[in-house]
Amino acid sequence: MSTMSGLKAKLGLDVFKPDSEPHIRIKPGMEKDPRLKRAVLVCPAGLYKENADGAVEMTTDGCLECGTCRIACGTEVLEWNYPSGGTGVQFRFG
Amino acid sequence: MEKFEAIIVGAGLAGLAAAYTLAREGVEVLLLEKGDYPGAKNVSGGRLYVNPVRELFPELWGKAPWERFIAREGVSIMAGERSLKVEYCGDELSREPYQSYSVLRAKFDRWLAKQAEGQGAMLVSKSRVDDVIIADGQVVGVWAGGDELRADAVIACDGAMSLLAEKAGLRNPGNPRDYAVGFKEVIELDSALIEERFGLEGKEGAARLFMGEVTRGKFGGGFLYTNKDSLSLGIVVAIKDLMEGSPAVQAPVLLDEFKQRPEIARLIKGGESVEYSAHAIPEGGFKALSRLYGNGILVAGDAAGLAMNIGITVRGMEYALASGYYAAQTVLQAQKKEDFTAASLSGYEKMLNNSFVLKDFMAFQEAPAVLDTPRFFKHYPELVGNMMKDIYEVPAGPKDRLYPTIKKYLPLKEMWAMAGDMRKVMKI
Repeated sequence: MSTMSGLKAKLGLDVFKPDSEPHIRIKPGMEKDPRLKRAVLVCPAGLYKENADGAVEMTTDGCLECGTCRIACGTEVLEWNYPSGGTGVQFRFG
Repeated sequence: MEKFEAIIVGAGLAGLAAAYTLAREGVEVLLLEKGDYPGAKNVSGGRLYVNPVRELFPELWGKAPWERFIAREGVSIMAGERSLKVEYCGDELSREPYQSYSVLRAKFDRWLAKQAEGQGAMLVSKSRVDDVIIADGQVVGVWAGGDELRADAVIACDGAMSLLAEKAGLRNPGNPRDYAVGFKEVIELDSALIEERFGLEGKEGAARLFMGEVTRGKFGGGFLYTNKDSLSLGIVVAIKDLMEGSPAVQAPVLLDEFKQRPEIARLIKGGESVEYSAHAIPEGGFKALSRLYGNGILVAGDAAGLAMNIGITVRGMEYALASGYYAAQTVLQAQKKEDFTAASLSGYEKMLNNSFVLKDFMAFQEAPAVLDTPRFFKHYPELVGNMMKDIYEVPAGPKDRLYPTIKKYLPLKEMWAMAGDMRKVMKI
């Protein structure tokens, strides 16, 4: 099993409660900003990918809310908030 | 609009310690937590050292939901294909009062929240705080899910990102240089197997650290803690090193490779992963601390940057508990003075200065810069591995004398570089 497909299975172990909207967004027009490419490496959940056009895409499904992308990429390229109260990841062990 | 004497944002260890301390003194305190329950968003390695905080909450520790007390401390230096393990055990580690315990935060924090509630703290979970309310330059409350909640004092204990401290103007978004990311799996394993594999008896536990190849030479390392019937296995790595590449590797790959190392694979064999978690860790040390207080507001725990990596230990939970405690003491003093301005709350910094918290941070302020040396995480592990291989190898023909075997790895240039590294390490 490759790491990235194994990662999906790993994230499947966690309890997530859906929020009404994504809590992290790439700021419009920043998709190709080089700072965003850092997130592809640092995100422990592997939620950032660079597509064939060199633009970075992301999903918040499976987000562990660690904040690493916010620190690595900065707030000029990412709009970052925690999910609404009572949604997002709910650790059972921690 | 509702009014409280104090509002605490975030039910991690800092927030819970503050809530417990204030409620115990009869203060009307509201504790807001965005997760479903305290601990739902909290992650640690995790091991808690009790000695520094034992006297702050003497009545609590006997009843706490510990996993195991740490009786064996191991460090492994990992080269690509070999490793050197050093293990320390001693009577002092196996004697009460125990120095440290492994913990699982979802369980531990929920228990501590119960204790705070028992003292009269009001806990509201599933509540995300969106902003501070500022009037005439003074924080006078928070907005949470459209509710206006007012208080004489707000304590921001909202973790490593602390959006609240940012909104209050006490800190800027984190700099990659000052943070690491930790990510780990909890792997369930029969307790008898854990005891057999780690050489433990009863409630004894083991803590293991791994440095070198495990982070591909980046600043950081692997960790393993034994819980009652599970293992916490993970990696901590500097965000700056991870994002700069060289070599470029995605964080999750590091943990997968770590699990596949023969040294680790045999320890977790037959275990079942039950959770994957991650968290940013402030480890910029003294120079990276946020402002600790402002008008009407105090910052405690990770939110203030109060976690520290000095190589052999990564600590945050004691600093969180103690800073929460001292933030609460500061609020009590401010109540007596009926003054919640920054000048009045500045006593918080003095208390931290006089406690182990800022004494540790000042003593170890050079650690982040000193440890940021790639030689520690790549060169030395390979060197040690190769030396071990040659020292222990018995070839078909005659064996070289030991001194030349070692000396071959230590030419003058290497000795010179080692002396330089040693001089740096002496600052820690």
